[in-house]
Amino acid sequence: MTSTNDERGPAVRLRVQAVVEERADSEIAPKAEVSGLNFFYGRLQALKDINLTFPANQVGAVIGPSGCGKSTLLRCFNRIHDLYPETRYEGKIILYPSGINLIGPETDPLEMRMRMSMVFQKPNAFPKSVFENVAFGLRLRGVKGKELEEQVEQSLRLAALWDEVKDRLKQSAYTLSGGQQQRLCIARALATDPEMLLFDEPTSALDPIATAKIEDLIFELKSKVTVIIVTHNMQQAARVSDYTAFMYLGELIEVCPTKQMFENPTNKLTEDYITGHFG
Amino acid sequence: MSDFKQIIAKRKRQDFIFNVLGIICTLVGIVTLGALLVDLLMDGAARLDWTFLTSFPSRFAERAGILSSWVGTLLIMIVTAFTAVPLGVAAGVYLEEYARKNWLTNLIEINIANLAGVPSIIYGLMALGLLVYKFRLGQSVLTGGLTLAFLILPIVIVATREALRTIPQGIRESAYALGSTKWQVVRHHLLPYSIGGTLTGIIIALSRAIGETAPLITIGALTFIAFLPAPPVQQYPPFISFDWLWSPFSVLPIQMFNWVSRPDQDFVVNAAGAGLVLIVVTLSLNAIAIVIRYRVRKRIKW
Repeated sequence: MTSTNDERGPAVRLRVQAVVEERADSEIAPKAEVSGLNFFYGRLQALKDINLTFPANQVGAVIGPSGCGKSTLLRCFNRIHDLYPETRYEGKIILYPSGINLIGPETDPLEMRMRMSMVFQKPNAFPKSVFENVAFGLRLRGVKGKELEEQVEQSLRLAALWDEVKDRLKQSAYTLSGGQQQRLCIARALATDPEMLLFDEPTSALDPIATAKIEDLIFELKSKVTVIIVTHNMQQAARVSDYTAFMYLGELIEVCPTKQMFENPTNKLTEDYITGHFG
Repeated sequence: MSDFKQIIAKRKRQDFIFNVLGIICTLVGIVTLGALLVDLLMDGAARLDWTFLTSFPSRFAERAGILSSWVGTLLIMIVTAFTAVPLGVAAGVYLEEYARKNWLTNLIEINIANLAGVPSIIYGLMALGLLVYKFRLGQSVLTGGLTLAFLILPIVIVATREALRTIPQGIRESAYALGSTKWQVVRHHLLPYSIGGTLTGIIIALSRAIGETAPLITIGALTFIAFLPAPPVQQYPPFISFDWLWSPFSVLPIQMFNWVSRPDQDFVVNAAGAGLVLIVVTLSLNAIAIVIRYRVRKRIKW
């Protein structure tokens, strides 16, 4: 692990080799590599020179106080910023194994959105039936008929929701509880077989039991998909993630395996945040 | 301590006074409307019967009926609805979802709201110059329908925009995040979810158009028509005819106005009868709008 000084200074680069050395077990390939990412809302610079690699099939947490840019970083991955005027990217996010630059001007945002799936903070299920919610992404990709039904069932099983909704597939999604709706949104995100799952504070609006179910789910999903989870709840990051990145005021302060971040952070600012001196 | 009691008592008195004033103001509106309805009922209810609804106007009050008027109103409403609804909804969707938010679109938004307040006779004058003379559409059902369509277009646009605005941004972002194009989001999500509010706005706009008199007089609606336009469905090919679009017409409010202006008291009774029909139609349209709004609100709660 490259050593850092205590001051907030230039961003820290996580070297994949170092992570591999520390984890004696499986080979870890990178899934997405962020290099030199700057992001602007009009004239306001929200992300400053972010350099970070997300390994494949791992859960990466991004933590930090409000306004640090973690959601902004997440939303760069599926180009949601493009929906709003006066947003500008600089730098690169390379997706592996295809090698595509996610934020390059030559890439089609629509195509990027089809490779990624996002789950938002507020469970925003569509006011359609449970079935149609999950089926929507599939229908966009031209899936029909029997195959559609099978994939919907599979996604609902993956999201640990099938048993609870199998008798009410045609009912409105709004008859489900908040936790169930969020799992429905996860099923909807999984149905399209994404390369990465992007969670933007997925459990902050839910009760502890629903939160626990979703955290278990995230843990199981990582074998299929790479997960990035943005959370303001440090304990959640500690429970769920393999490695954690700490951001502050648009800069990446430190990134390392979760255990190390919470037990032995290198940077003083990280330590202050973890121990609750500010937040 | 007693200061508090005095101050509180005074504020409670003010509260009570405003409560009473509010009730009085509400009653003024309701009682006026009620008196209007009762007056109409007393004058005209006796006159309402099947022959009244199926006779043409006549010099003789007992034989005069509103057949040509209500057919004219119906045909005009059909043209208005088929013109204003697609144009208005499409414009509303474009302005809300597609257009960039800059000074130009702000200007357009302000002006559309202004257009809703322009006096209806101005629309009549515009239609006279543009549709009747310039485009040579004549003093026909088509012209009348288009005039009223222009009149209610701003209302439909605003209603569509307001309905779209109630859809939370999270729904849009979820739909985009799954890989939809803008049109797919509009077609599969925004239009279906906003249809309740849009439809309510459309019905209210139509119920306003039904009662418009001034613009139609300006473009030359007649007051005495003793024939009906050619029916749209015919026995012989080509089976669908659009001749009725080019036909002269009259509408219920104009017929009422014409009758009320006559010295013969019996015609005033006829006018009351026609007025009752008009009010019943308007109130029914509004009732439908309320039912739709209620049903949609039950189904979709953001």
